[in-house]
Amino acid sequence: MQLALVHTRYQLLEIIRIPVAVVGSAFFPAAAMLFFVVPFAGKDPVGATYATAAMVTFSVMSSNIFQYGIGVAEDRDQPWNPYTRTLPAGPAPRFAGRVLAGLVLTYLSLIPVVVIGATLTAAEISLAAFLLAAATVAVVAVPFTLMGLAIGYSLPSKAAIVVAQVVFFPLAFGGGLLSAPDEAPGFIEVIAPYLPTRGAVELMWAAVGDYPVRPLSLVMLVVWVVVLAALAGWAYRRDEGRRFS
Amino acid sequence: MILARAVQASRRYGDVLALDRVDVEVRAGELVGLLGPNGAGKSTLMNLFVGLRRPTSGRVELFDGDPRDPASRRQIGVTPQETGLPGTLRVGEVVDFVSAHYPAPIPRDELLDRFGLADQARRQTGGLSGGQRRRLAVALAFVGRPRLVLLDEPTTGLDVEARHTLWEAIRAFHADGGTVLLSSHYLEEVEALANRVVVIGHGRVLADDTVDAIRAVVGVRRVSLVADDLPALPGVVRAERVDGRTHLLTTDADQLVRDLVTAGVSFSGLEVRPTSLEEAFLAITAEQQEPSGTAGGDGTRTGRPGGSPVAPRPAGADGTPTTAATGGRPTTA
Repeated sequence: MQLALVHTRYQLLEIIRIPVAVVGSAFFPAAAMLFFVVPFAGKDPVGATYATAAMVTFSVMSSNIFQYGIGVAEDRDQPWNPYTRTLPAGPAPRFAGRVLAGLVLTYLSLIPVVVIGATLTAAEISLAAFLLAAATVAVVAVPFTLMGLAIGYSLPSKAAIVVAQVVFFPLAFGGGLLSAPDEAPGFIEVIAPYLPTRGAVELMWAAVGDYPVRPLSLVMLVVWVVVLAALAGWAYRRDEGRRFS
Repeated sequence: MILARAVQASRRYGDVLALDRVDVEVRAGELVGLLGPNGAGKSTLMNLFVGLRRPTSGRVELFDGDPRDPASRRQIGVTPQETGLPGTLRVGEVVDFVSAHYPAPIPRDELLDRFGLADQARRQTGGLSGGQRRRLAVALAFVGRPRLVLLDEPTTGLDVEARHTLWEAIRAFHADGGTVLLSSHYLEEVEALANRVVVIGHGRVLADDTVDAIRAVVGVRRVSLVADDLPALPGVVRAERVDGRTHLLTTDADQLVRDLVTAGVSFSGLEVRPTSLEEAFLAITAEQQEPSGTAGGDGTRTGRPGGSPVAPRPAGADGTPTTAATGGRPTTA
């Protein structure tokens, strides 16, 4: 456990030494807040709160898909990675360190969204709901962490960058993250429940307001987690088998 | 006590046989040099010993355990490729990170001081010179107070001074009772450090002996000349005739030339060239494996010099050495 924290610390150090990387993952959701939420839903407390929650979900998704998808793929290219495997520790501490560091960065990337939501819109939230939402973020991060790991462990870094970018936009739109609850265009309402982003954002909405989570979205979210976990596990083992057998 | 052992270990990458039934033992207190040309299988053998790869067949042991079990690696030290240091981390941080994996690591300042990096502790590794990075990479192998250190080409690309600094550190570790397995394609480096040499070529152990014994064989020279008929000459390891020139491999070129002259043979176009390690060893193993055949035409053949201290292993039973084209690094540098 202590080793896991050591790995977390150094993973964070490596990332924070290149501040642009941290700024990058926080930029897009913050910009989307400024351009779409503040002018359109800023005045209505309920709408602004839901919209902020949707942007938080968006941010969780993008930062996890990118930092794991690209980060893992790049690490696999580095000779430092096999060297760490010769140290007297199994793969668990490094893996745990990566996930913990990812969670820390996810929360960091949320700060601008939350600050904009609190200061420039009418969004309001009780302390209890805020804490509940903060905990929900960790839950919602699970499918996207797994998706990032699946991408990172199965593809070379150049391909991983492309796939991460191709995947994240349809997920955001298709899941209805850029529209108010149940006001998305018709076809999105049809496909949204089948995307992991929908179940995730519904959980966030339920945490910040009294949005009734639809069973279909929740079931599909669980299905996604199972499928992505299997995919990530398969990609990890295949990579280990190919490079270290 | 045997700290590391390979028993009939083979490793195949697709169609390429990088290691072919290798037997090597490293005993406590030894400083063993693993010598061979690039692509001979040195790195692959190192990777088997440190648990990065598994043998395709055969067995590899580290402290009587499987190298892939983290507990077996507690008493070894390994050096990363210098290009593999995380560029944004400071020197001191890299040392601390590796230290955290060991129960009683050497204090950071003491280690950096020993490798001449004390002034660089706060610099990011990306900003170090090539020599400094290499020293840091080697220093990391010693952080955990290992009993066995495995160094894969530790001084490749270093200038003379940096190389000698590293040699000193390796000698000091050995003098304190440490065990070292060091791979190199420089004979000079192995001569300077090791007391035992394992020569690897084409994935096989070609020789395993003292430095002196190996030097006697590696010191083989190629004397080539044009002559119609040569008498039997002492000290010729191997002879062959290619395109009208006769090539003689000998451990003592000076004496051979004297013998040629005193024998009164008429010859022309005399050349004396050093042979490469690989050439010397392959010549000798080829002779062992087909005692009556000739490799290159109608050459005169004399026996091996009597009492050669090295007993090279016979090559594969099929007689055709398989080429190992890859060094077996898990990643591209």
